[in-house]
Amino acid sequence: MSRLPFYLIVAFLMVAGIALSLHRHVQFEVPWTPGEQRQVWEVEAQVTFTADGGPVKVNMALPSNQQGYRLLTEHTASPGYGLAFLEEDGGRRAEWTTREARGEQQLYYSVQALKAPAARDARIATPPLRHDIVWESPYDTSARQVIERAWAHSADPFTFARELIRDFSVARQDENARLLLTQFERTPLLVRLLNQAGVPAREVSGLLLDHGRRRQSLTPWIQVFDDRAWRLFDPRSGTQGRPDNLLLWESAGQAVLDVEGGRNSRVSFSMLARNQPAAAAVRSQLADDTLLNFSIHSLPLEDQALFQTILLIPIGALVVVLLRVLVGIKTSGTFMPVLIALAFIQTTLATGLIGFLLVVAVGLVIRNYLSYLNLLLVARVTAVIITVIAIISVFSVLAYRFGLNAGLTITFFPMIILSWTIERMSILWEEEGPKQVLIQGGGSLITAVLAYLAMNNPWVRHITFNFLGVQLMLMALILLLGNYTGYRLLELRRFKPVTED
Amino acid sequence: MWATPARLRARGIIGMNRRNIRYIGRYNDRRLFPLVDDKLKTKLLASEYGITTPALIGTVTTQFGVKQLGGVLAGHSGFVIKPAKGSGGKGILVIERLDQGQFVKPSGARLTLGDVQRHVSNILSGLYSLGGSPDVALIEALINFDESFAAYTYEGVPDIRVIVFKGYPVMAMMRLSTAASDGKANLHQGAVGVGIDIASGAAVRGVQFDRPRHDHPDTGHELASLRISDWATLLRLAAGCFEMTGLGYLGTDMVLDRDHGPMLLELNARPGLAIQMANGEGLRARLDLIERQPDGVAAAARVAFAQRHFARNSELPSTA
Repeated sequence: MSRLPFYLIVAFLMVAGIALSLHRHVQFEVPWTPGEQRQVWEVEAQVTFTADGGPVKVNMALPSNQQGYRLLTEHTASPGYGLAFLEEDGGRRAEWTTREARGEQQLYYSVQALKAPAARDARIATPPLRHDIVWESPYDTSARQVIERAWAHSADPFTFARELIRDFSVARQDENARLLLTQFERTPLLVRLLNQAGVPAREVSGLLLDHGRRRQSLTPWIQVFDDRAWRLFDPRSGTQGRPDNLLLWESAGQAVLDVEGGRNSRVSFSMLARNQPAAAAVRSQLADDTLLNFSIHSLPLEDQALFQTILLIPIGALVVVLLRVLVGIKTSGTFMPVLIALAFIQTTLATGLIGFLLVVAVGLVIRNYLSYLNLLLVARVTAVIITVIAIISVFSVLAYRFGLNAGLTITFFPMIILSWTIERMSILWEEEGPKQVLIQGGGSLITAVLAYLAMNNPWVRHITFNFLGVQLMLMALILLLGNYTGYRLLELRRFKPVTED
Repeated sequence: MWATPARLRARGIIGMNRRNIRYIGRYNDRRLFPLVDDKLKTKLLASEYGITTPALIGTVTTQFGVKQLGGVLAGHSGFVIKPAKGSGGKGILVIERLDQGQFVKPSGARLTLGDVQRHVSNILSGLYSLGGSPDVALIEALINFDESFAAYTYEGVPDIRVIVFKGYPVMAMMRLSTAASDGKANLHQGAVGVGIDIASGAAVRGVQFDRPRHDHPDTGHELASLRISDWATLLRLAAGCFEMTGLGYLGTDMVLDRDHGPMLLELNARPGLAIQMANGEGLRARLDLIERQPDGVAAAARVAFAQRHFARNSELPSTA
């Protein structure tokens, strides 16, 4: 009987597992450890104005999740002001209000933005074309000529926008452009011309992130639409596309700051970059639907959380295999300890241990009485299940009454498994005495605790969740363990007397 | 406290993992397991092959049948109730005699008919069977064990375990129940295990709780003089179980009945390793020797081969 195919399968699983993991590490930059860092920007906006003494209403645009950045938390500091967050015309805004304010006023808003290459823009509806554009003579002729020239040199709305902006750059300005610039500001003028040419466009404001900068202001950008897509253009150079360090602050075409009841209003920004663990960031990476990138991360968030637990079960099972095959520990029910360990993850270890011992101890006492009732097996185990549920309910209520909220997590225990454990231990007690109950019960608990420690390890959680190839490696390892014919650790003690004489 | 793996290997001790993969996995075909896991099947098969087993009084197969239990038991003063698919001696109820309508266990404890019915009902529900599957209860005649062993046992019937490998009896031990083991013959519960010389049927070594023992803890009788009569017959009976079941690595449990001689009590497709402790010797060397033997040797020749090669001298101090 050749063992070659067996070792080939093991080798194949091992190689495939390692290759898949390396692929994920190299191709998708998933770190090996959960401790690696990702960049988070801390941006603070300071609004200053002089209040007139009457009611004040300050309305400021706020950033949203966008390409390259995901917002984490935001804070405001504005003593004496009421605050509301509004959602209007596709943009978020903050509104500070107060009945009476006088003199210099300062309002603060700060936001944390995670640098996330995978983050995408929310869908933005194309704004309607502005048809209310009226030019006075002689600007109407200049505008028409500028548009005609750019139109002739372009193929589509985006190239048209690029040509138009370039025509207003210092190097290429002709007399039409110079004339228009004497009357209008550059960015509103460009938006106006684009709209007149039938290209939907608007002015948005962005912040160029630069570590440690203070007293920065927003820069204007032009958002040009074509059907469902849009592009960002720099109104100064005509460059198409957004720089990596650009955080769009206002992207609905509204005013950034609007103050009623005050003068000299301005907003300035300061920013700071710092690093945070990558684990949170990796979790949100979107995966493309290719076979090699077969990843749990393409599932909805809720299912991901479920899988995080499911993928840990092989680790728990591996602990059981190690303890049984290499050590020789006896457990009550082969994989019962894994389920108990899963419950420990929810309850935390100390609470879980106390809860488990309480439920099993009380269950054993009640089961002892049930054995006098002479019931059929299935009915008896069902009675034990109901008893276990009752015990858990009573303990939960008691724990809650005594203010021990941790006690409520006892409901995470797998009740049917617990019932079978109680049933088995009860029979074991009757047949083999309390010593065997202690040995097997203790063995189960030790196994459960070790499985818990393995499954709750942050590194193990990170690796199993992010590298599916690890599952193949685990499979290979367990196949190898299933082939082990050596002694178990406890047998070295058991057979010791034979070697003595 | 701990032995090194090298020392155990030098002694030829076989561990659980090796037993499971190398012997049970290789020589015991899975589909043959039901023959030995179901005692009723074993019994029927044994009678086909002319191997004596304790007389069958009756079987209970349905919960309805439990109600008729009184009728089945009528006229029998002593009997044994066991689950057909039980393992490790679980669920075996021995009734020694009837006294004023009550059933008396060897320990003297008394049971009513209701208690016995409850026990049978539990057996049918699968309480003692492997995996909890529904089971059948067997009622067998009590064994009248050989009086010559009376001094070596406490309450229970001493049984003889012979490991049969590829039809060759390789190692044997006798299990003597004690007060500590509550009349049961399980070594880990405190029964005394006595290694038996394959050549002669005489005791070679005694252990209780893994420690050497020279006498029976309850009766105080020394073990050195223990010798199983009719030993060759017993070995042939055990060796014949290979042809009967087709299982290559087999534990046979035998008893000596006063009237019927050696009888097969039950078979085990996963025999334990404690027999190595009782004999003070590992199974490895003997199993390796048997693996080198050709197939198709007759039972009598196999027994003769084993008796020639596995002879041992007693390690027990002789008091006579």
